Amino acid sequence: MSNIDTMTTVLRTQGLRKEYGREASLVRAVDGVDLEVARGETVAIMGPSGCGKSTLLYLLGGLDRSSGGEIWLDGQELGRLSERGLARLRRDAIGFVFQAFHLMDELTAVENVELPALLAGRSPRAARRRALGLLDRVGLADRARFLPAQLSGGQRQRVAVARALVADPAVVLADEPTGNLDSAATREVLRLFDQLHQAGQTLVIVTHDPRIAATADRIINMRDGTFVDQTMLQGGTSGRLGSLYALEG
Amino acid sequence: MQQGAVLAMLAKEPAHGYQLRARLREALGPVGEDMNDGQIYVTLTRLEKAGLVTAEQEPGLADRPDRKVYALTAAGQRRVADWLAEVSWPKPDLAEFHLKLVAAAAAGLADPITIIDTQRRELLRRLRDAQRAALAEPDDAPAALLLEGMVLRLQADLRWLEACEQQWTNQTGKYEP
Repeated sequence: MSNIDTMTTVLRTQGLRKEYGREASLVRAVDGVDLEVARGETVAIMGPSGCGKSTLLYLLGGLDRSSGGEIWLDGQELGRLSERGLARLRRDAIGFVFQAFHLMDELTAVENVELPALLAGRSPRAARRRALGLLDRVGLADRARFLPAQLSGGQRQRVAVARALVADPAVVLADEPTGNLDSAATREVLRLFDQLHQAGQTLVIVTHDPRIAATADRIINMRDGTFVDQTMLQGGTSGRLGSLYALEG
Repeated sequence: MQQGAVLAMLAKEPAHGYQLRARLREALGPVGEDMNDGQIYVTLTRLEKAGLVTAEQEPGLADRPDRKVYALTAAGQRRVADWLAEVSWPKPDLAEFHLKLVAAAAAGLADPITIIDTQRRELLRRLRDAQRAALAEPDDAPAALLLEGMVLRLQADLRWLEACEQQWTNQTGKYEP
């Protein structure tokens, strides 16, 4: 089931830091993070609120500039890029999924999905074809002409995932993708992330929710801006389900 | 009474039977109120026979189990270390896990955070397994509901571990390796 290409690193950081304030009020939000994500790998980063995991995701996605260290994505070091170069990298190599969906309310599902492709200069026809294909992939082909307000929370997040995939990005970065969802909607999104994972999409998920984290190959635990522990989930299982609640022995 | 937990309460220093009971009571709070004293002494007698503790009778005191001084033997020390490192969550035995953290910190045997991390890794793996199975079931299958229950239990356990982590992180400094 594993599509991880361990020979190819898509995303790598070295000594990554982000600080706010100065002197006595200096906050080290991200404090020397070394991360390597292989092609096709899903990595979840967990930790208590304020541990720096969202800040880290913003740095990885080039939405915020680091205070030090390096980020390599798709062969480019983000710190050396101009604002324009960074914007281009975000558009071509990164897909974002946010907790609050961030869909445009006045655009239909398909218009939301195709928007980044249109902004990237694709022809309207090619953009539309791609967007419809992606909506089909996330199971919403029959909702293409619906406005976000006409969709459930789980459906909205699936539209957001389709949009994140429109440029066929090297990596999808997700910030609490199930954070706003009830348990049925969470299951929809879990299934979708699991499918993306099986299809070999490289994913980095920052979350508080162990359920979405459990779809990953690897869960990193973050505390006070640094990585403190790692759980490998890919490969063999640890036990039988029956032993969970004393159904056997 | 869980043998590992009784042994661990002696890891810091030897104790009279009544002190041992008090340590357990203090660690467990109201949860320990129903604790059966007789059971603790049965456990201690077994541990003594197994060569894991010694029971010294203090001169001049009545021959009663609560007046004896119990201490770990070298084998007992090793057993405690094994118990702390052991990961078990077959039934949600919260009290045993809690006592591990208390004993580890009190006796300076291990960092409670390490014990929490080990436990978390195990629970995350189980969550992954349960969830895989849950997602493979159609939403309306009866088994999906059972699996959902397991997933929710594990989530609750993981949330509790988070609370443990926060609590024991605030108390760092008490543990000196």
